Amino acid sequence: MKKSVLFLIALLVVVGTLWGALDGIHPFGEVDKAPMDDYYIENAQRERNVNNLVTSVVFDYRGFDTLGEAAVLFTAVCSVLAVFRKGGYD
Amino acid sequence: MEPLSIIVRTICDIFAWFLAVFGAYVIIHGHLSPGGGFQGGAVVATFMALLLVSHGGKKLLSFVKPGLYSWAETTGLLLFIGTGFAGLTTAFFYNFLAGEGGLFGAVVPLGANSGILNSSGTIAVMNMAVGLEVIGGLSLIILYMFKGIRLYDDTGREETGHDR
Repeated sequence: MKKSVLFLIALLVVVGTLWGALDGIHPFGEVDKAPMDDYYIENAQRERNVNNLVTSVVFDYRGFDTLGEAAVLFTAVCSVLAVFRKGGYD
Repeated sequence: MEPLSIIVRTICDIFAWFLAVFGAYVIIHGHLSPGGGFQGGAVVATFMALLLVSHGGKKLLSFVKPGLYSWAETTGLLLFIGTGFAGLTTAFFYNFLAGEGGLFGAVVPLGANSGILNSSGTIAVMNMAVGLEVIGGLSLIILYMFKGIRLYDDTGREETGHDR
């Protein structure tokens, strides 16, 4: 009984806050204008001499991000080797 | 894993090379077309999986050298970080090759055009570095996980051997 009352209160709080946040979302299909997007679209081809804007963002403007992804893959290979190695656990 | 029938083996022998070439194309044209290092590397790593499934582990593991893939992975990651550090005189990950006229340095005309392969500076170099790393990494994961296979009987308690 006490648990369900607590659950109901928590549910009301979560739903209330989410409902309030739903009001602030921009309408579906109308994207917010962000200065960063416009900057990429207008200047990437001239600045970086590349036709593929997605690649220019992934490997140049946000290259540090891709370095993290490559490190994640390296860590995955290391952990697979650690799990499937020969010789047990000692 | 037992070798599959000769039809499957022949078809895989032929089409594995086409897959590898297509993956290399996706990596090299990463700055012009959809795709790039990660996607093309995953396609090339399919080469290993296809041969492993069709020919069985005993035959494949006798001539595959995991050291080569390990070297590819390490070299790719080091080349990626090294390219990032090479532009450090201006900024980390600065594109110091683009538009300079040398390697990958062609100037791209503004607006829609069909694309120049020798353009985009360090982006192409990093694509190839990441492609090399993903080829090595995914092939190594396939090999290691294959070497870890154990077979059990129907009750799941007694080990009947490994599948190699």
